[in-house]
Amino acid sequence: MRSKVTPGDQSPLKNRPNASPVVSGPQPVNGLAAIVLKPFAALAATWNKDGFGAKTAADALKTLGASNPVASRDVVIEAPQIAENGAVVPIEITSNVPGTTSIAVLIDKNPFPLVGKFDFMEGALPFVKLNAKVGETSEVRVVAEALGKHYVATQEIKVTIGGCGG
Amino acid sequence: MKKLFGFCVLLGGAFCASLPAQDAKKEIQRYREMVAEGSPAELFEVEGEALWKKPQGPHKVSLEKCDLSLGAGVVKGAYARLPRYFKDADRVMDLETRLLHCMGTLQGRKREEAAARVFGSADRPSEMESLSAYIAAQSRGMKMAPGLSHPKEKEAYAMGRAVYFHRAGAWDFSCASCHGEEGKRIRMQDLPVLYKPEHARPVVSTWPAYRVSTSQFITLQWRMNNCYQQMRMPEPDFGSDTTVALILFLTATGKGEPYRGPGTKR
Amino acid sequence: MAGPMKMRATLSGGVTDVRVLMTHPMETGQRKDPDGKLVPLHFIQNVTLKVNGKTVVESQISQGISRNPVFTFRIKGGAKGDRIEVSWIDNHGETNQTETAVA
Repeated sequence: MRSKVTPGDQSPLKNRPNASPVVSGPQPVNGLAAIVLKPFAALAATWNKDGFGAKTAADALKTLGASNPVASRDVVIEAPQIAENGAVVPIEITSNVPGTTSIAVLIDKNPFPLVGKFDFMEGALPFVKLNAKVGETSEVRVVAEALGKHYVATQEIKVTIGGCGG
Repeated sequence: MKKLFGFCVLLGGAFCASLPAQDAKKEIQRYREMVAEGSPAELFEVEGEALWKKPQGPHKVSLEKCDLSLGAGVVKGAYARLPRYFKDADRVMDLETRLLHCMGTLQGRKREEAAARVFGSADRPSEMESLSAYIAAQSRGMKMAPGLSHPKEKEAYAMGRAVYFHRAGAWDFSCASCHGEEGKRIRMQDLPVLYKPEHARPVVSTWPAYRVSTSQFITLQWRMNNCYQQMRMPEPDFGSDTTVALILFLTATGKGEPYRGPGTKR
Repeated sequence: MAGPMKMRATLSGGVTDVRVLMTHPMETGQRKDPDGKLVPLHFIQNVTLKVNGKTVVESQISQGISRNPVFTFRIKGGAKGDRIEVSWIDNHGETNQTETAVA
């Protein structure tokens, strides 16, 4: 049995310890609701519906509580200035801001700018490389969160109309 | 002082801005390198390996005993030695022609069925595409060394070279119409002059490839077919003598280049 | 059934580089199929990276990520043989996962 995650499902298990939709295996009899989880398949994970549904970068950042990030050179974006094809644009991000716990990636001109939010726990470096869709020449906007503050860096990526595919 | 020729970089149709030609070239190269590092091409290799080992056809046998030029079942290094003459078929064959041959002889599959869908789609690669990815990957790092000594190989090379320059079809095009002169490009893509080794080498060492713009895995047979379409010429048969001859000519022109493994193209 | 997933985890200079490839259409809901019909929204929403069973990166992504996503993450330290696990779940509730050892 697999539980369906519908868009907008915001029910991190930590907020609903007694109401997991996916419980399997023997239940403890001591009254405490212990949750035995099936491997990730069934975990109703958090997905920021409002942020991903926002039509401007500003609105998306609002949902992340990051409306006034400070420009910082410690947030490093490695991306080509020209993309031969907007369907796959490689973007590599490193945050050198001490204490970085998350990185949000936005493509300003996309219909829905927020494309990813990455939370880093103990053991992970605040780094991610991904391929994004960039619909038209646009700024890539990266916002890092560290110790309650937000830091931003941007870079323009020009998208070309290509010719032959090679 | 060398003059920098700016040229128009088309930006999503909205407006035109100028970038010095050298910078644009450098950034495009950077784009290609970064995409290649994070390319989904390997996913097709995984798919291909499964297909290589899958029993199919009336004989319910896998392709694992297929002779790809180094003996039955030897995959490592085989792609770098193609196209080549095969005695059992008495003709020069490229990878895809050879795979089709083995699907027939080993698995008992009829050509109509095995070649029914040689070019796939973004949602579903064809068997040929996945198999090509897997087999080509096993030649990573090895020098391209197609067959050029057997009389039929020499004949195919000569034919490939002749076809490359032969103008035909509604537009009176040949391969050389686009790939015949230095410094030509179509929009942002530079056109390699494929009869010159320095141009052919980086090309032949990166096919087959994942095509980013269509999310498809494309092979050399697909490339030949598509070029013929673009030249407004009749569609060549899959694995035809002409396509194999062209592929041999191109590979021979790029010979000696270490094969880099399935590539990534725009 | 989800298409293949591939992952490589390599230790170098005190950092483990994890590169994971996923097969997924990542449909935006804006694309038309050959018949002219809109292909519905279908994309990975969450990607979880675990090291020896412990979650170290939680990713939320949207349909703005390219088809057949490829991600690279970095883990502090790590040792050869550490178990790396990546799983994803999409907006249809479909899932996939893969595991590898740090090389």
